[in-house]
Amino acid sequence: MNTDPLYQAIVMGVSAGGMAALKAILPRLPETMCQPVIIVQHMSPDADDFLVQYFDKQCNLRVKEAEDKMPIKSRTIYFAPANYHLLVEEDKTFGLSTAERVQFSRPAIDVLFDTAAETFRDRLMGVILTGANSDGTNGIRTIRAFGGYAVAQSPETAEAPAMPGSAIDAGVDMVLDLEKIARFINQMMSKGFKLAK
Amino acid sequence: MTTENENIEIRLLLEAIHLKYGYNFKDYANAHTKRRLRNRLDMSRLETYTDMMRRVIYDESFFNTLLMDLSINVTEMFRDPWFYKTIREELIPRLKTYSFIKVWHAGCSAGQEVYSMSILLEEEGMKKRAQVYATDFNELILEKAKSGIFPLDVMKAYTENYQKSGGTRAFSDYYAADDENVILKRALREKVLFSSHNLVTDGVFGEMHLIFCRNVLIYFNRKLQNQVIRLFYDSLCPGGYLCLGSKESLKFTDMADRFEVVFDKEKIYRKKR
Repeated sequence: MNTDPLYQAIVMGVSAGGMAALKAILPRLPETMCQPVIIVQHMSPDADDFLVQYFDKQCNLRVKEAEDKMPIKSRTIYFAPANYHLLVEEDKTFGLSTAERVQFSRPAIDVLFDTAAETFRDRLMGVILTGANSDGTNGIRTIRAFGGYAVAQSPETAEAPAMPGSAIDAGVDMVLDLEKIARFINQMMSKGFKLAK
Repeated sequence: MTTENENIEIRLLLEAIHLKYGYNFKDYANAHTKRRLRNRLDMSRLETYTDMMRRVIYDESFFNTLLMDLSINVTEMFRDPWFYKTIREELIPRLKTYSFIKVWHAGCSAGQEVYSMSILLEEEGMKKRAQVYATDFNELILEKAKSGIFPLDVMKAYTENYQKSGGTRAFSDYYAADDENVILKRALREKVLFSSHNLVTDGVFGEMHLIFCRNVLIYFNRKLQNQVIRLFYDSLCPGGYLCLGSKESLKFTDMADRFEVVFDKEKIYRKKR
């Protein structure tokens, strides 16, 4: 019964068109899913915590803004705060940074994905959704270099196809239409053994 | 991607920096430090962190490059304008009950927050009753702070921040500009004492009424955060105020019950009496 799940965490990167994409995924994740979901959504530097408030009402899992030194807990969806990079530390807590933008972005998907991969190694799933730039592509490379699993939204179902397209060009394990992503995540997260790649 | 062996090399590199130059980065937040060093390794012609260690031991100019890499100096004047609005409208009236106040900007970087506060103190008529200390461990950035010179192209953003923070004067009154740079009016530096101070290794700064340390603690691990907040606690007079960055808090430190939260969103705390 209590088998150790194969994957320990999910990281998600999303940019232009993100609201619709996240609405099609986050509320469909069941409360039985134990892995944390950590999200970088590109947004304006002075954005408030609207996304957190909104999705906390819509989701089965609790939704929080990631804070410095906050322990990463199961059954929780975290958003990176506006204007800070979000990093995962080895002891499974969050770190923040105001360092330069990466891929013109702060928070940057690459920063989250790289540091999460260092910590969760081959037990991490990375998901790249709609967006009009190429942030996250390097992060997806890092995740796969550690043996983690990479998913991209199919560009045809993305409001802005460039970001998932860039990730797909660099190599991902699975390309999925938006409508199928929530279900796929749920299946993968209940696995106790590794899918053949 | 960092391997286990590379993690060992990075620890030795930080140890070498400590032994040779006295700067201790060993209790900085790990993920952050590794990312900065990885970027420098990729940009340099060095192959490994061990090569980097040799280079830093023998080449002081390379050490200065690493020092810049490891100290983040991204900030703005009136960063988070709503924070300065609260300082102006809520905190300064409280501070006016003192005949004289001491303010410490810990980790002042290039001085943006120091000069923002100088403007507030001047506009609110507190300048004559204040002494301001501005410290950073990075002497290169401290020299920059002392100069009060900023690139012209950031002034638009600084001016907008100033106005959003409740500033009502013409922001251009505070500086003189040429084609590339602005220099802030000397009057804004009159009450400021710039000096070198390392939060990791140096001691208490006495009897402060107000300490600013915004977006510095995020680069430290929990152990070092606790140590530095203890240092702030010991440096504040009873009832003194501590201002952290907008996404920092005392919540995950051992010192949370020694302070009361005065303004939650602005992250303004007060030392309990």
